[in-house]
Amino acid sequence: MTATLNDINPYLALVLVGFLPNEVWRWLGLLFSRGLDEDAELVVWVKAVATAILAAVVAQLIFAPPGALAAVPLAVRLGATATGFLTFLLIRRSVFAGVVAGEIALVAGALTFGPG
Amino acid sequence: MHRMVRAMAQSEQHFESSFAAFAGGLRAAPRSVFSYVLLATYVGIGALAHDLGFSLIWVCLSTILVWAAPAQVITISTLGTGSTLVQGAIAVALSGVRLLPMVVALLPRVRAPDTRWRALLLTAHLTAVSMWVESFRLGPGIAREWRVPFCNGLGIGLMSCAMTGTVLGFLLAGQLPGVLAAAVLFLTPISFLVSTANNSKLLVDRLALALGLGLAPVFAMAKVGLDILVTGLVAGTIAYVVHRLRKAAQ
Repeated sequence: MTATLNDINPYLALVLVGFLPNEVWRWLGLLFSRGLDEDAELVVWVKAVATAILAAVVAQLIFAPPGALAAVPLAVRLGATATGFLTFLLIRRSVFAGVVAGEIALVAGALTFGPG
Repeated sequence: MHRMVRAMAQSEQHFESSFAAFAGGLRAAPRSVFSYVLLATYVGIGALAHDLGFSLIWVCLSTILVWAAPAQVITISTLGTGSTLVQGAIAVALSGVRLLPMVVALLPRVRAPDTRWRALLLTAHLTAVSMWVESFRLGPGIAREWRVPFCNGLGIGLMSCAMTGTVLGFLLAGQLPGVLAAAVLFLTPISFLVSTANNSKLLVDRLALALGLGLAPVFAMAKVGLDILVTGLVAGTIAYVVHRLRKAAQ
């Protein structure tokens, strides 16, 4: 239960942690694809939890980022995230515009306030 | 009556062979906006894997085998920061649940009566947000017997863009000056946030997104452990309860 990456081969870890727990849902989907109703209450709850997990991953990457991003001040990371999100909302819900605006804001902020 | 059936059939695209349909799907991939979003997202994933000490082959294999950006980010960040394998696997399993209803919704719309199990297994493996959205957009324009090879080609085409991004991100991470390296790493959270918001058409999903963003730092600071899982379950359940209460009130 307490094994980490240090204890096993990294490729075995990829299969056990990354591949199987993810792929099993596709296999189950294949099995159930004749039965389940897309609007079933269970599916609504599952989708809400899945969306919130994604949000938590985003928050973790912004509040406790890896590598070079950690050198950019938190206020710049938060400002860039808000800029990207608002641009997405304002420009016809364009994912591309949101990502580009967020990136520009991050680079501008990091250059102005210095990466650490 | 016959003329009408013929007219309807003519509005759907036909192919000479399964291979031609597959190639058609492959060609449709670079015309999709998702190719660029995937490229950007996977540059971030490649860079993240590099910074947390994984090899290029390992991260490329993760793109082929896992083929789901959230699950890959969770795998790389949990394994790379010393979390237990069990915690990583549970977080990946929870993030992957959304694939089940996606596969369930997609397959009946693309398969033909004689579609082979093996071809569908590939379609199921290739199902990810990008391929799913584009299959729903383009699938109805393709004659049913060619939809599975077309969607498989589309999925492989999108995966190729992701692979290109993975390799680029991995190679760039070690080379770029600080600000650009930070910009590459920022691609993952910003593209996740915006594309998840784009996919959240219903109030319950928007609420889950907002609550997840707000509660994650709280649970992280409270050091409850497994904070990504706890955040997902708590925020998702609150959003669902609000959805049920609103439905009951109507």
